[in-house]
Amino acid sequence: MAEGSFEPKIVAFLCNWCTYTGADLAGTSRIQYPPNVRIIRLMCSGSVDPTYVLKPLLDGADGVLIGGCHPGDCHYQSGNYKARRRYVALREILKNAGYDEDRVWLRWISASEGQRFAETITQMTESLKQKGPNPLRREWAV
Amino acid sequence: MRTVIPVENKDTLAAVRGFLKRLLETGVVEALLVPMETPGGTVTPALVTDPSLLDAANPLAPVMGLNAARLAGRVSIREPRGRIGVVLRPCELRALVELVKLQQASLADLVTIGVDCLGTYDVAVYTRMQNEARVDVQALLGTAKSGDLAPQDGYAFRDACQMCEKPQFEGANVALELFGADLAAGIPVSLPDEIAEKLGLTEASPSPSPSPSPPSPPQAGGRGEVVGKVVAARTQVRDARFAEIRQRLEKEGIEGIFAACVRCHNCMTVCPICYCKTCLFKSQVFDHEPILYMSWARRKGAYRLPADTMLFHLTRLNHMVLSCVGCGMCTSDCPAELPVGQVFRAIGQEVQKTFEYVPGASVEEPLPLVTFHEDEWTGVGEE
Repeated sequence: MAEGSFEPKIVAFLCNWCTYTGADLAGTSRIQYPPNVRIIRLMCSGSVDPTYVLKPLLDGADGVLIGGCHPGDCHYQSGNYKARRRYVALREILKNAGYDEDRVWLRWISASEGQRFAETITQMTESLKQKGPNPLRREWAV
Repeated sequence: MRTVIPVENKDTLAAVRGFLKRLLETGVVEALLVPMETPGGTVTPALVTDPSLLDAANPLAPVMGLNAARLAGRVSIREPRGRIGVVLRPCELRALVELVKLQQASLADLVTIGVDCLGTYDVAVYTRMQNEARVDVQALLGTAKSGDLAPQDGYAFRDACQMCEKPQFEGANVALELFGADLAAGIPVSLPDEIAEKLGLTEASPSPSPSPSPPSPPQAGGRGEVVGKVVAARTQVRDARFAEIRQRLEKEGIEGIFAACVRCHNCMTVCPICYCKTCLFKSQVFDHEPILYMSWARRKGAYRLPADTMLFHLTRLNHMVLSCVGCGMCTSDCPAELPVGQVFRAIGQEVQKTFEYVPGASVEEPLPLVTFHEDEWTGVGEE
């Protein structure tokens, strides 16, 4: 791959009430951010099963983002608290299994934080560009 | 209270059988879930109501074909139910504690009867030993006094047992305390006063010991020491095995270690913690359309089949490793002889540390993924 031509693919699971709406606000506000993210809308970050994060990683996605409401603001009261614990467990498992756990990010982004959403995608794209493509892209024996 | 079950003619097993019979005869329990000898020469759990059939009971047989915690769950999970005594090894009891918290078992009408574990063989190994007419249980029981546990010459305990640093369980209602005892003379037992009364047992004076050393009192400071010795030895083996598996993870990657996995799902089926009636991976979610296989194979150039093997193991880790009690049934029953239990224990150790959680230790302590605090990991997500 030629230097600088690697475009990371980010799969994002965003909660309907906060982050997805925040991403929509980034759009309506015409905030520019890298086009590397593929968004999947869920009702709550607490409904993210670790499998949803593992499948794209194993298939070769360069990064996975989970977006939810700030702690205390979950539309369903406590979904994001559970998501936080699951995320901590998932990262520990990925690390110990020999994968780069830093390809999975969790960010609390509210419906009014369009700018924060754009910044998160920008940061994540940059970080993944530094890391290079996910080695699992060509790993067929998973 | 603590007392000693007297042993006659050095027949420890007969003494255990007698004790279990008394539990049924005196109505302490209505039934016993206990390993029973089968005509085929192995042991299998059974729910026994007839005391005379307990002549075939053998909780001391050093073989573990399955983790009976889930069975204890099935017979206790809802009313109407009987008052059942469950005779279990420490790892089975720890799994039972986790199952209670997962709402798959209830302790309300159970009397847990824990037996210190001196080690077990795989079923195939045990059957072979039986055929070669060489299972020497008395010899194994003899090692309980000093804690110098060792398998019979030419055979090896299950891997999980070799690295098990929890060969006893604190918190059973009734505990047969084998460690530190001269089991040819008596079996120390700790049990609630009400049960002792029903059985007609009293806080016993030490039974005469044939060995020249002074008889150890029922409150065995001796037991504590012996357990400490076994734990220390097993912890060393455990740490060595963890180091080995972590090296393998480093060298071949987790995909390398699971390369021969054929997706029989035995590991999940025999795992006491994996209680889902339909595992996600056996559901229609993973009945992929042929065209999907083509698109995946095109994207990577090749695609391992059956698909989603690492996804299965990594998902199973995420779903159950916090409750993994290290019983090793997964390794014992893997047809490809993959070190499933060692990998899961090694990874589990780190995840359990992160949550400061010890599976099987306490019924009160909530499962890490079912609870939360508002002010924990407050930095996460706010970057």
